[in-house]
Amino acid sequence: MPGPRTLLDKIWDDHVVCTPEGENSLLYIDRHLVHEVTSPQAFEGLRLAGRKVRRPEATFATPDHNVPTTDRRLPIADAISKQQIDTLRENCRQFGVRLFDLGDADQGIVHVIGPELGITQPGMTIVCGDSHTATHGALGALAFGIGTSEVEHVLATQTLRQAKPKSLEVRVEGSLPEGVTAKDLVLYLIGQLSTEGGTGYVIEYTGDTIRSLGMEQRMTVCNMSIEAGARAGMIAPDAITFDYLRGRDFAPADFEAAVARWQQLPSDPGAVYDRVEVYRAADVVPQVTWGTNPAQVIGVDAAVPAPTDFADPNDQSSGERALAYMGLEAGTRIVDIPLDRVFIGSCTNSRIEDLRAAARVVQGYQVAKHLHAMVVPGSGRVKRQAEAEGLDKVFTAAGFEWREAGCSMCLGMNPDTLSPGQRCASTSNRNFEGRQGKGGRTHLVSPAMAAAAAVSGHFVDIREWQYR
Amino acid sequence: MQAFTSHDGVVAALDRANVDTDQIIPKQFLKRIERTGFGQFLFYDWRFLADGSPNADFELNQPAAAGATILLARRNFGCGSSREHAPWALADYGFRAVIAPTFADIFYSNCFSNGILPIRLNEEDVAELFHRAAAATASEAGQYRLQIDLAGCSLQDTDGFARSFEVEPFRQRCLLEGLDNIALSLRHTDAIDRWEAAHGMPPVAAD
Repeated sequence: MPGPRTLLDKIWDDHVVCTPEGENSLLYIDRHLVHEVTSPQAFEGLRLAGRKVRRPEATFATPDHNVPTTDRRLPIADAISKQQIDTLRENCRQFGVRLFDLGDADQGIVHVIGPELGITQPGMTIVCGDSHTATHGALGALAFGIGTSEVEHVLATQTLRQAKPKSLEVRVEGSLPEGVTAKDLVLYLIGQLSTEGGTGYVIEYTGDTIRSLGMEQRMTVCNMSIEAGARAGMIAPDAITFDYLRGRDFAPADFEAAVARWQQLPSDPGAVYDRVEVYRAADVVPQVTWGTNPAQVIGVDAAVPAPTDFADPNDQSSGERALAYMGLEAGTRIVDIPLDRVFIGSCTNSRIEDLRAAARVVQGYQVAKHLHAMVVPGSGRVKRQAEAEGLDKVFTAAGFEWREAGCSMCLGMNPDTLSPGQRCASTSNRNFEGRQGKGGRTHLVSPAMAAAAAVSGHFVDIREWQYR
Repeated sequence: MQAFTSHDGVVAALDRANVDTDQIIPKQFLKRIERTGFGQFLFYDWRFLADGSPNADFELNQPAAAGATILLARRNFGCGSSREHAPWALADYGFRAVIAPTFADIFYSNCFSNGILPIRLNEEDVAELFHRAAAATASEAGQYRLQIDLAGCSLQDTDGFARSFEVEPFRQRCLLEGLDNIALSLRHTDAIDRWEAAHGMPPVAAD
């Protein structure tokens, strides 16, 4: 009789195919999501070895990282980008993989369309050649990013070689203060855990704060687990999860039977985690990153810290480099930092609730002079839903650009990039040097904070916003 | 995959923490559909100035790092994006091993898929290596070398520094023998078939 098990234990135990003597376990993979940037070399590897995709029906593909977000009827201007997208199309055709292509109504960011289509389900193992695959853990799946060699391995065998990761319970208790969102919460947690605090662990987010979050907010939290070093983040499925999935395209035919199974997944009382960290929701204020990694973050009501504020020599030297790159001086109040660009989008914050929150702030206002702002919906479905609600009109009336779905300026592989020295408030997940364009300066914030910054031309405390 | 057994090489000291994969290989070079040819883009935005000329201040462009095959860095090396283009670029440039106190998980795995040995040493030992590298650079030698033996999980220089390191035995074996991981896993196809059958899945189509 096994003792009490965690959510991770249960999914892990159910998916171990075998553990050969002297080898790591083979873990069965239920769903494999594929995009154009990290898959071409994997498909080519299959071709060279004469191998096929073991379970094409468990594999779903969409181009997202490197697609234009402007008029999709026009040809792709960049020949190398076009070749990468054409290659995905040809690979999916040759190997029988379902593709949500450019022009398909359901194309979008892979981590937005997985849950949206019901491809992502509780208790599953899900992988993708992308570090933000943890997003899918919000539905109670074990989901993590892999490299291209592992993509090829999963395509060929539907399994991965894995040693079992350690478990980290991140428990958050209490109500989030007014104006504080899931994005602020996860940025705060990353700041507390550090960029490598979760390395070697799978995080399970627990506590009444987490339970009170809607499905899309939970995705925002799990999405950024990798920024704390954790390959996966997960939240036990509950009624919110089941209500979200009911009726979605790829949801199980016998949905109630599936729910009965999924209800067995949450961690048992008394289950033991390798490590536990507890935080209070009341301590979280709207967050803004000031540096060049997501743990270099602070409350909007604070000032840019000095490198000497940190005890650790690594943090001091990183802080010094970050201030130089970001063109910031210690002691500058966050609300006094002027902005050139605002980006609302990415797998972290491009879902309908994110766009609603941003539109509510923008309603009745204009984007600040000399500031360029854009909204990039996470998927074709999100875009259509937003248009049905008139959100696109709110944004465009205020001076935002309203784009087609894709990763866009989160990583700037497509033409959506910052110019050297430009400063951007972004709802994305990484503020690394050059992430949004060489020399560009990124500050990570929530959608509401980004929207308010677009109107004001600098950061403002969303808790003081005058909604119109 | 290229096997790694033992290696004697020049150390390039990159005294930075949290080096992310966006720095190792910036996104503008991820559009290629090949696995090869990424070395020219390694650390591109640090290595080259805006006009495309080499940045003389960057560690890899200094004489001490000429021909380097072992990269030394601070904590959390390889964090961020899962892009395997990062180890592809490191390997293509010529690196066979990376030494740091800690590595990000996905990057760490990706190294083993590409014949690169990531070595974790504690912070004090890494600090000592930075110290020795700086001293060697300032001396007549001009460069610092390390000898790595994967079978014995040890590394040493010629001046008394010797440490052992830990590698998961399975990964050690795969790297020592340069095993094809997919071929190795396909030996367990029967077990995969059984797992699928036990979970109510139809058999995969026969060839």
